[in-house]
Amino acid sequence: MPWRLLRFALSKKHPEPRMFRAHAELKRSYDVVIIGAGGHGLAAAYYLARDHGITNVAVLEQGYIGGGNTGRNTTIIRSNYLTPEGAKFYDMSVKLWQDLSEDFDLNLFYSNRGHYTLAHTDSAMRTMRWRAEVNKHYGIDSEVVDAAAVHKACPMMDLSCNGHAPILGALFHAPGSIARHDAVAWGYGRGADQRGVEIHQQTKVTGIEIVAGKVKGVHTSRGHIATSKVLCAVAGSTPRITKMIGIDTPLFIHPLQAMVSEPLKPWLDPILVSGSLHVYVSQTARGELVMGASLDPYELHNTRSTFDFVEGLSSHMIDMFPFLADVKVVRQWAGMADMTPDFAPLMGKTEVEGFYLDAGWGTWGFKATPASGKTMSYTVANDRNHELIEGFTLDRFRKYAPTGEKGAASVGH
Amino acid sequence: MKRLPPQAGEWIDRGKPLRFTFEGIGYEGYAGDTISSALLAAGVRVLGRSFKYHRPRSVLSLANHDVNALMQVSSCFSVPNVRADVTPLAEGLRATAVNTIGGVARDRARFLEWLAPFLPVGFYYKAFHKKSQFPFWERVFRRTTGLGTVDFSARRKGSPKRYAFCDVLVIGGGPAGLAAADAALRAGARVALVDENPRLGGSGLYNLGGADGERQAEETRRLAAIAAAGAVVYVSSYAAGYYADHWVPIVTPGHVVKMRARAVVVATGAYEQPAVFRNNDLPGVILASAAQRMLARYSIAPCKRAVVLAANDDGYRAARDLAAHGVEIAAVVDLRGANSRGAVPPGTLVLEGHGIHEALADSQGALRGVRVAPLARDGTLDGYQAREFECDGLLMSTGWAGAAPLLYQAGARMEFSAELQQFVPAACPPGVYAAGRVNGVHGFAQKLRDGAAAGRAAAAQSRKPGSVDGAAPSCRQERAQSGMPSHPYPIFAHPKGRNFVDFDEDLQLKDFFNAAQEGFDNIELMKRYSTVGMGPSQGKHSNMNAIRVLAKILGRTPGEVGSTTARPMFHPVPMSHLGGRGFMPERATPLEGRHAAASAVWMPAGQWQRPEYYAVENQTREAAIRAEVAAVRGAVGVIDVGTLGKIELFGRDAGAFFERIYTAKFAGMKVGSTRYGLMLDESGVVIDDGVIARLGEEHFYFTTTTTGSATVYRELTRLNAMWRMEVGIVNVTGHFAAINLAGPRSREVLAPLTALDLSEATFPYLGAREAQVAGLPARLLRVGFVGELGYEIHVPASGAAHLWDQLMKTGAAHGIRPFGVEAQRLLRLEKGHIIVSQDTDGVTNALELGMDWALKMDKPFFVGQRSLEAMGRLPRKQALVGFTLDEPDTGMPKECHLVIESDEPAGRITSIAHSPAVGRVIGLALVAPALSKVGSTLNIRIDGGRMVRATVSETPFYDPKNLRQKQPETA
Ligand SMILES: Cc1cc2nc3c(=O)[nH]c(=O)nc-3n(C[C@H](O)[C@H](O)[C@H](O)COP(=O)(O)OP(=O)(O)OC[C@H]3O[C@@H](n4cnc5c(N)ncnc54)[C@H](O)[C@@H]3O)c2cc1C
Repeated sequence: MPWRLLRFALSKKHPEPRMFRAHAELKRSYDVVIIGAGGHGLAAAYYLARDHGITNVAVLEQGYIGGGNTGRNTTIIRSNYLTPEGAKFYDMSVKLWQDLSEDFDLNLFYSNRGHYTLAHTDSAMRTMRWRAEVNKHYGIDSEVVDAAAVHKACPMMDLSCNGHAPILGALFHAPGSIARHDAVAWGYGRGADQRGVEIHQQTKVTGIEIVAGKVKGVHTSRGHIATSKVLCAVAGSTPRITKMIGIDTPLFIHPLQAMVSEPLKPWLDPILVSGSLHVYVSQTARGELVMGASLDPYELHNTRSTFDFVEGLSSHMIDMFPFLADVKVVRQWAGMADMTPDFAPLMGKTEVEGFYLDAGWGTWGFKATPASGKTMSYTVANDRNHELIEGFTLDRFRKYAPTGEKGAASVGH
Repeated sequence: MKRLPPQAGEWIDRGKPLRFTFEGIGYEGYAGDTISSALLAAGVRVLGRSFKYHRPRSVLSLANHDVNALMQVSSCFSVPNVRADVTPLAEGLRATAVNTIGGVARDRARFLEWLAPFLPVGFYYKAFHKKSQFPFWERVFRRTTGLGTVDFSARRKGSPKRYAFCDVLVIGGGPAGLAAADAALRAGARVALVDENPRLGGSGLYNLGGADGERQAEETRRLAAIAAAGAVVYVSSYAAGYYADHWVPIVTPGHVVKMRARAVVVATGAYEQPAVFRNNDLPGVILASAAQRMLARYSIAPCKRAVVLAANDDGYRAARDLAAHGVEIAAVVDLRGANSRGAVPPGTLVLEGHGIHEALADSQGALRGVRVAPLARDGTLDGYQAREFECDGLLMSTGWAGAAPLLYQAGARMEFSAELQQFVPAACPPGVYAAGRVNGVHGFAQKLRDGAAAGRAAAAQSRKPGSVDGAAPSCRQERAQSGMPSHPYPIFAHPKGRNFVDFDEDLQLKDFFNAAQEGFDNIELMKRYSTVGMGPSQGKHSNMNAIRVLAKILGRTPGEVGSTTARPMFHPVPMSHLGGRGFMPERATPLEGRHAAASAVWMPAGQWQRPEYYAVENQTREAAIRAEVAAVRGAVGVIDVGTLGKIELFGRDAGAFFERIYTAKFAGMKVGSTRYGLMLDESGVVIDDGVIARLGEEHFYFTTTTTGSATVYRELTRLNAMWRMEVGIVNVTGHFAAINLAGPRSREVLAPLTALDLSEATFPYLGAREAQVAGLPARLLRVGFVGELGYEIHVPASGAAHLWDQLMKTGAAHGIRPFGVEAQRLLRLEKGHIIVSQDTDGVTNALELGMDWALKMDKPFFVGQRSLEAMGRLPRKQALVGFTLDEPDTGMPKECHLVIESDEPAGRITSIAHSPAVGRVIGLALVAPALSKVGSTLNIRIDGGRMVRATVSETPFYDPKNLRQKQPETA
C-alpha cells in the first residue's frame, strides 16, 4: 500500500482540493480561446501555460470535460504509423505518454500491453512489412512476426478464426498501450487550471467574429469574448465551427462505435487488432473487454448506436475467441469521427489569421493528445506551424499532397 | 427451510426437485426456481462478495440486477457472471460466487474492507503511478480485478436469428403492458408482447397487499390470457435496446428476434430503489418488491421477522403480504410524517417519521437487526435516540425509478416530476408510447387505463402513421392519482459510513461528496470519476440516488442535475446471441472441384479461395510454380479467373457512362473490341482496373479486380443514381465462369472447340466475340495480361466444368497445364503489368504509374480527371518503375522493403520475383521521382538491415514489343 494513501485515512476531511475551478463569469477577453475541452484542447492549454507562459487562456466546452471522443474512445496508443510524418509525430506522442502520469501526479493507468496488428492475408502481410520497415527506420519498435509468435502471445485465440481468416502473422509493436481516457482530460485540465487557465464547461461557442480576415472574438452561449487567437479542437464538431467562418475542409464525419463486456478476470494481455475481421480489443484494468470495429460507412453527425454493429463485432469476436460465446456485452456507444481523405490529421494555421485548427483526428486521435497539445501550443504561441505538423496542414489538399496514412488501409486506431 | 406451503400461482414445480451445488455444497430446489431462489429457500444467506471491499452480499431485487450475486456456473464448461437471481435452476448445476478468493464464506480478499479508509473514491488515480512501480501495481490490480472467469474450453456457439414484424410491440407484460396489448388487439392490430419473466403479469401478480390485490391479480390473469391468445408473446425475453425506426432486438433464451414494429409501447415498469443507510448492503436487506416476488413466485418467506422501511403504499402492501404468509413484522418504519401510514395487520408497530440509522450484522455478516431512529426536521436521523429491533429481514420500499432506458434510446424527452419524484417522459417520438410506472403512473387501475390509452394510440398510429403523432396519450390524470410513490431523499449519512449508493461498485455516500469536492460536480463527470452506474447493472438501482445526492450537494433539483445517457444493452446480452451464426461469405467458383482434383494449394482472395499453385508430388512449391510458368510461356496453360468481378451495362448512355468512370475513351470503340480501363476516385487515386468489352451498341461487359467487384458495383450504382443516365447495371460476377487460356498453343487448343474463325485477321488481339465454345454460349476476349496469345473465355457458370474438361482434353496433346495465382503474378510481372492494391496503395494516383497511355486527359470528364490535371502541374511525389536486381546473391528483397536514399526512405518494392524468362530478379517499385530514370540505382534495405542494389529498367521485361500476344499464326 503506497504511503501517499495514508493521508486519506488520517485526515477527517477529504484532503483533496478541486481538480478544476468553477468560474462564475467569463472574462471580457483572453489571449487565447480554445474551443473544446477534450484531451486535445486541454493539452494545448496545458502546454501553452507550462511551456509558453501563456496563461490568459479560456477553454470553452459546450458539455463537460472530456465528454466528446476523448471519453468514448478505445484508448489504443501506438506509433507504428506508415508515413514518415506520422511515425515521427506519434513517436513523440508515445514518449510524452510514458511520463504523463508522473508529470500530472495522476495515475492514467498507462498500461503497456504490446500491440498486434493481425494479418490474415498475403497482402496484409506485405503491408505489415511496409509499416515495420518505415517504423524501424525511425527507431520505432515494430516487427513482423509469424503466426507462432502470435500464438505464444495469445495462446487461447483460434488462429484459424473459425476457418474464415487464418492468421498468417502480425505486426508486433511492443510500445502499444492503453490508458484511462477520462483521466487524461482531467490531468491536462488540472495542470492547466493550476497554471491559471480557465476552463468553462457548459459554454458553447456559437460564432466567431472575424474582421478583415483576422479573428477578433468569439460568441458563446454565455456572451461575447474578445480574443485574437482561437484554437478549434472539437473533433467531430469541426465542420460546425469551420462553417461559422467559411473555411472549407475535406472532413467527413462518420460514426465510430464501440462496446464493452462485463468485467472478467484478466486473461487478455496484448492489444489485438484485425483489419480483416474489423475487430480491435483490449482488456482494461477493470477486467472489461473494450471492443471496436471499423467506421460506419456513411456520413452522419450523430452519436446513435446501431444493432448491426454489435452483431457484426460479436460474431467476429467469437471467430477469434470461441470461448467468449457466453460472455455478455454490457454497453455500446458511438462517437463522431472527423475523417480526412488521407487518414492524417488536419493541424495548424489557416487562411484566417488567428484561427488554428486541430482536427482530422478520426479514429486515431486519442494517442495523439500529448503531441497535438505540444505542437499546437507551439503553433499558437509563435503563430508558426511546428515542424512536426507541416505534413498535416490544410493546404496539403489544395496542393494535392496528401500524407498517405491511408496507404496502409487497415483499421486506423 | 423457508419454503412456504404450496399456493396457487407459484412458479415452482414441487413435483420436479433439482439437485445442484453452490460453493461445493449440495442443495435441492425445484424446477421453476432461479439459482438465488433455491439458495434462499435452502436458507443460504450469503450468495456473493462485493466488487471492491468483498463484503458479504445476497439478493437485492430478484429482478436481474443482483450484481453481487453473480456466479460462475459450470456444466460441461463454465460460464462467468451468471445472474443467479434470474437464471433458472437446472439439474446438476454447479455454481460458485465470482468474486472471491477461496470461497464466499472465507473470502481471503475480505481484508480489503479494512483498507477502505485508504481507498477513497478514485484512489487509484492518486497513487501507484511512479513509472518504475506501476507495472508491479498493475499486476496486483489485474490479479484482483474482474468478476467471473472465462473458460477457454468453452465451445463456439452461435444462435440463429429470427426476423419478425408487428403493428404494435408492447415491451413489458405487467398490468400496463397487458392493458396496452389488450387495447391494441381490440383495435385489430397485430401485437407482439415481450416480458423478461417466464410468465406474464408483472407486479399485478405479486404486489398484492390483501383482498384488493387478489382481485387485481385476477384481472391481471384475465388480461394475460387475452394477450396469450391474441398476441405473439415472448416470455423470458427482453428488449435489448431501441434502435432507429422501431427496430427492437428481443433476446430470448435461445436467440435474438429482430423485431420491426410500426409502433412501440414501452411498459417496462420501474426499478425499486434502495434506501441509503449504514449497512444497507447486508444480506437480508432487500427491496420490498423482491420480498413480494419471493412470496408469490417461489413461495419463500424472505425472513422470519421483518422490519419494513416504507415511504409509500407499496411498503404497506408488502408488509401485509409478509404477514399473510406468517412472517412476523417487528415494525414498519415510515420515513414520512404523521398520518401517512397505510393499513397494517392489527398490532403491528408503525413508527412514522423514523428511519433506519443502521443495520446490524451477525457473525456471518448477514442481517441480525436494525437501529431505528427518529427523523429530525432537516431529514437527518438522530442516532442517539435509536432503538434496536431484532430482525433477519429488512424490506425497503422508499421509491422507484422508471425503467426508462428504452425511452431514452428512442429519443424521448424526459423531465423530472417533483410530485412523483421521478423522471417521466414529457414527449415521446412518433410511434413510441410509454405506459405504467415508467410513465409515472403507479396505481393498478391507473396503470390499466394508461396502458389501454397507449395501446389504442399505438394501434391507430400503426394503421395510419402520423394520426396521433406528437400527442402522447394523456396520462396527467393518471399520474396525479399515483400518490407519492417515491421519497425525495431516502438517504442517510452515518459517521461510520458503509451506506452504499452503488452496490455494483461499492460506492458509499461520502464518495459522492468527495468526488464533488474534487470538482466532479456534474452528473456525467461524477459518473466517470466515481464509476457510479458503470457496473454490470448499469446503475439500475444507483443512478437515481446518485442524482439525488448530487442535487443535494449542489442545492438543485434532480431535474436540474439531469441524468446520464442510457445506452443499450437493457440487460447484458451474450455475444453468441449477438453474433448469431456468424455468416462469413465464402465463395467458390464452379471449378473448385477441378482444382481440388488437380491438387490445388489454396490461397484466400477476398471472399474467394483461389489456387495459389497446383502441387506436384515430389516437387517443391517453387518448382511447381516454375513448371506452370514454363507451360504458359512455352506451350499453353489455363487459369480460372472466375473470381474477377463481371458487370454488364446496357442502355443508350452505356458508352457515355464508361467515358465518365474509366480513364480510357469509349465513344469510338467498335463493337467486338475490348479496352483496358483504370478506375480512379475523385482525388485521382487508382481504385480498380479491368477490361471492357463492347458486345453491342448499347451493351458492354467488363471485368473488375477480384476484391473490387462489390465496391465497384456499388459505386457505379451510386453514380448512376446521381447522374441519372440511361444505363442499367447488372453484377453478373456469380453468373459467369471465366477461364484464361494462354500460351503460344492456345489457338490450337481452342480451335477444335468452336466454329469461330480464330485467325488473327478476323479475331485480333483486343477483340471480343460471342460464339459457341464446347457447345456453350461463350464470350471470348483476346487479352494479354500474362503476355502470350490468349483467350479469356466467359461461359455461364453451369458450363464451366465442361469447358475446363474440354480444354484439358484438347490441350493434352499440347502440354496444357493449369496454373495458379503465383504463376500469374510472375507472368504479369515479366510484362510489367500492375496489380491494383499491390503495386498501388490507398494514395497512389494514376500519374504515378507511368500509364499515361491509359489516361485520356482530352476527354470532357472522367472521375478523377480534375485532380490529375491539377497534379499534373505539380512535381510528382513518386513513380512506379521496373527494376532488376544487380547481384542476386547478396540477398533477396521482399515486397515492401524500402528503397533508401541519403539515409531516408525513398520508395518501396511493390512486386519482386525471379524471372525465368529474363534470367534475373525483376520487380516493380514506387520510388522518388529522382530515382525513376532508367539506369538509376536503387539501394534496397532487406531483412537484417543489409543493403542490396538494383537498377531501374524498362518494362516490359519480357517481349517488350508485345509481339507474342498478337501472334498471327501458331508457333
Ligand atoms: C469509438 C471510438 C474509438 C476510438 N478509438 C481510438 C483509439 O483506440 N485510439 C486513438 O488514438 N483514438 C481513438 N479514437 C479517436 C479519439 O477518440 C479522438 O480522435 C480524440 O479523442 C479526439 O480528441 P479531441 O480532444 O480532439 O476531441 P473531443 O474529445 O471530441 O473533444 C471535443 C470537445 O469539443 C466540444 N465542443 C464541440 N463543439 C463545441 C462548441 N461549439 N463549443 C464548445 N465546445 C464544443 C465537445 O463537447 C467535446 O467535448 C476513437 C474514437 C471513437 C469515437
